[in-house]
Amino acid sequence: MSGEEQFVVSLSVNGTRRPVTVPARRLLSDALRHDLELTGTHVGCEHGVCGACTVLLDGVPVRSCLMFAVQAEHHEVTTVEGLADADGRLHPVQEAFRDCHGLQCGFCTPGFLTTIAAALEDYPPGASISADEAREILGGNLCRCTGYQNIVKAVGRAQEIRTQRAGLSGDEATDRDST
Amino acid sequence: MTTKLFGEPIARREDARLIVGKGRYLDDIGHGALGVAFVRSPHANARILDIDVSAAVEVAGVHAIYSYEDLDGAMAQPLPVLIPHPSLTAPRTGYPLANGSVSHVGEPIVMVVADDRYLAEDAAERIVVDYEFRTPVVGVEAAERADSAVHEDIPDNVAARLVQEFGDVDAALLQAPHTVSFTQTIERSASMPLEGKGVHARWDAVDESLRVYTSTQTSTSVRAAIATKLDLSLDRVEVIAPDVGGGFGVKIVHPWPEELLIPWAAIRLGREVKWAEDRREHFVSSAHERGQLQRITAGYDDEGRLLALDAHILHDHGAYTPYGIVVPIITSTQLLGPYRLANYRCQVDSVYTNTVIVTPYRGAGRPQGCFAMERTMDRVADDLGLDRAAVREINLIRADEFPWDNHLIFQDGRPLIYDSGDYPSMLDKLRDLVGWEGFEARRSAAAADGRWLGIGMALYVEGTGVGPYEGGHVQVLPSGKVLVSTGLTSQGQGHETAFAQIVAEELGVPIEDIEVHTGDTRRFAYAVGTFASRAAVMSGNAVALAARAVREKALRIAAEVLEVDAADLDIVDGVVGVRGDPGAVLPLSSVAVLSNPLRYAFDEASRAATQFARFASDDQPPVADDDEPGLEGRDYYSPVRSTFASGAHAVIVEVDPGTCAVTIEKYAVVHDCGRLINPRIVEGQIHGGVAQGVGGALYEVMAYDETGQLQNASFMDFLMPYVSEVPQRIDIGHQETPSPLNPLGIKGAGEAGVIPGSAAIAAALEDALGIRITSMPLGPSQIYDLIRAAQDGTAEMTLNSARRSQEEST
Ligand code: FES
Ligand code: FES
Repeated sequence: MSGEEQFVVSLSVNGTRRPVTVPARRLLSDALRHDLELTGTHVGCEHGVCGACTVLLDGVPVRSCLMFAVQAEHHEVTTVEGLADADGRLHPVQEAFRDCHGLQCGFCTPGFLTTIAAALEDYPPGASISADEAREILGGNLCRCTGYQNIVKAVGRAQEIRTQRAGLSGDEATDRDST
Repeated sequence: MTTKLFGEPIARREDARLIVGKGRYLDDIGHGALGVAFVRSPHANARILDIDVSAAVEVAGVHAIYSYEDLDGAMAQPLPVLIPHPSLTAPRTGYPLANGSVSHVGEPIVMVVADDRYLAEDAAERIVVDYEFRTPVVGVEAAERADSAVHEDIPDNVAARLVQEFGDVDAALLQAPHTVSFTQTIERSASMPLEGKGVHARWDAVDESLRVYTSTQTSTSVRAAIATKLDLSLDRVEVIAPDVGGGFGVKIVHPWPEELLIPWAAIRLGREVKWAEDRREHFVSSAHERGQLQRITAGYDDEGRLLALDAHILHDHGAYTPYGIVVPIITSTQLLGPYRLANYRCQVDSVYTNTVIVTPYRGAGRPQGCFAMERTMDRVADDLGLDRAAVREINLIRADEFPWDNHLIFQDGRPLIYDSGDYPSMLDKLRDLVGWEGFEARRSAAAADGRWLGIGMALYVEGTGVGPYEGGHVQVLPSGKVLVSTGLTSQGQGHETAFAQIVAEELGVPIEDIEVHTGDTRRFAYAVGTFASRAAVMSGNAVALAARAVREKALRIAAEVLEVDAADLDIVDGVVGVRGDPGAVLPLSSVAVLSNPLRYAFDEASRAATQFARFASDDQPPVADDDEPGLEGRDYYSPVRSTFASGAHAVIVEVDPGTCAVTIEKYAVVHDCGRLINPRIVEGQIHGGVAQGVGGALYEVMAYDETGQLQNASFMDFLMPYVSEVPQRIDIGHQETPSPLNPLGIKGAGEAGVIPGSAAIAAALEDALGIRITSMPLGPSQIYDLIRAAQDGTAEMTLNSARRSQEEST
């Protein structure tokens, strides 16, 4: 192998500690994808513009192609694989993307999902999100397939689902949440 | 009744895996594979004098370094000219690795294989190539002047001179009461899928077989190309398109050098090898499209009837012609649009430049053709002082005139005959949808407030579903699961959903029981590919035909078992039953068991098919002469010619007089793609197409400098629309004129949304500014320049703007 100095980094990803041995220059995106084989995080540009590689670092969206894996130690990383509940129930934004046809090829999708999931936390269930606010949330992510129309809709739909799940309306959502 | 599925806007089935990060795209495969990096030419036109790899071999982790000298057999030959054509008189293609010279920045010269991509790049950086520079040819006008040549043995830079003609254009122009001549240009853009290209190859030395994954729009043809170039028997090669992160045309080109080099290296090294293109590589070594210069002369009468059209088009073909002249053919045929025309001539000179190759990008020459015709319509209206919609209307082919023969040959080598449509009603719907009639009052009221509004429209006809064929295979397993496969590939169009809808309805099975596979040569070896809005038409009909065969066989077997006439049987929710008799039923799973006469039972269900259990006639063989075991069917759909979809877009724009920023206030689409399989998917295709149309009209350029350097080869500088650049709403009106050419009556929808974007937006901007628009795209700085030129009196104003100011002053 190479003579490059290797670092053992303990990454906390989706609630699980996972050690990786990487050179200092290894991008977080590559460590997630190729060392941990969490390939849900995609790489569309590797220069920080498209947002496909977005993961949450302590709940905040960051571009994993602009970070080194070694910098992620001591932080909690959430990838698209970690958005659903432990029991497999989809995150509201995942459900909303399916409901609204918010994806076509799906390559940009993980970056949108993580970005929106983080943004939703700024809105309490029950609060509405306007289309303008939705566009603001999506403003830094590129999609070449959908023309964004249905992604904007999916933001509103995701908030609706959160609201239902919080029991503010919709009996079924309350039932499911209480179990 | 089985729930009706054809035509329903059901949610997509592929989403389940894609929204949880379980998609499997090219670079998600083969974590242990060796990585690859290429040394690509930094020069647009040069001879290679020397390649020095000595510093690179020192890099730890490097396994191999290859240049042209290492290539053997057919690999050392030029890449294929995929689509030969009699007018393509001087075709040129590159080599997998440059053979002594390079013709564009980005051309691959050296391939490095290392433990991973990082190390491969380290080594590639240390390779020194010596060049002798030649003068690069950039832009079609430089190519036409031919002061220097892209390829030394083609001094005029002309790859092809294509002439499409009917009637007598010269005579008709002489006799026409009015004529107009103008020149306009349209910039380059590119497919630019979010996922670049990529190839993974694994050689099984024991089995002597090769498995290749590639992010392609045609796995069957890549397979044939690899077998040919690597001198392998076709049955030793399998090619699979995994989940593909968008294609839009660039991935139909094949074999890309990397699609040959990666498997070639995998065999030589006996290791898994993978290459995933990075974004810069995609900009400088994948394909672009669109760039054309159009010189147009039109003749017309007092009412705006088009009498003759003469177009001379310079088409920028880039450095090579691997995909033939498909784009020029489409431009020159689809230019005609929905209009009647008696005299037409279009000459396309397809010229070489020292830039990235030009091959189809969604729309594939149609946006340029539409730009030519629709801007001609706007010129005619402006010249005569007529309403732009009215001029279009008077020229439209009427609904009772189909089939309409254009007397040209289309891109499939077949006559350009429109099969069906209703263009006048489409135009009416568009006028209503966008508010065409009341707009002039709105425009002048806004103008009085210092706001610049404009409206424009553009119509198109799109040949879709080109042949030669696609196939489908449908198999009911004894478990009741229904496997559907077709050879063409998917890049996000929702084929798993649409084809399942078709089979569910044809066969009468719950959609949940259906599993669709595409683009995998192990499952279906005969296919053409996904391009030209053909997947739904071609494979949709093929799987429908295969499902019908399965249905017929199921009914035949069930009729024997139930001892009834097959004509009395129906399949509902996966169960064969006698109409009107709820008692007599046989699940398809049981039919599947019985369809395969067995000697050996291996579970309870299969006992029913064994020799001593199965009903059988003593004088018939268990499998009849004209029958086969298994409940499956395979069929092919091969159309006599393409089916023609159509559409009309209208757009209202507002230009900010201070910043020159353009806002799209309204975007209206009327669209006719025959019968809809899934309206939600079709609308998604339109949304995406419109966004690409807007990108091409307002933002996207390939900024080559005079030395052939692409100066904006990143997402920072190549401005693809974000959500902030696309219309906030797209109003869509569907019109369904079924195609008489295929069993399902469908037409393609994939490219439609992008075609009229530049034409409609150019018209709207011209309306808003009153300044003649002759080149697209138009960003704020170009608009600013136009406004300044208008103030200086150096810009050409529309006649309509003069009429307006006259009206205002009286
Ligand atoms: S891959 Fe990180 S922003 Fe594009
Ligand atoms: S769905 Fe393909 S890039 Fe967004």
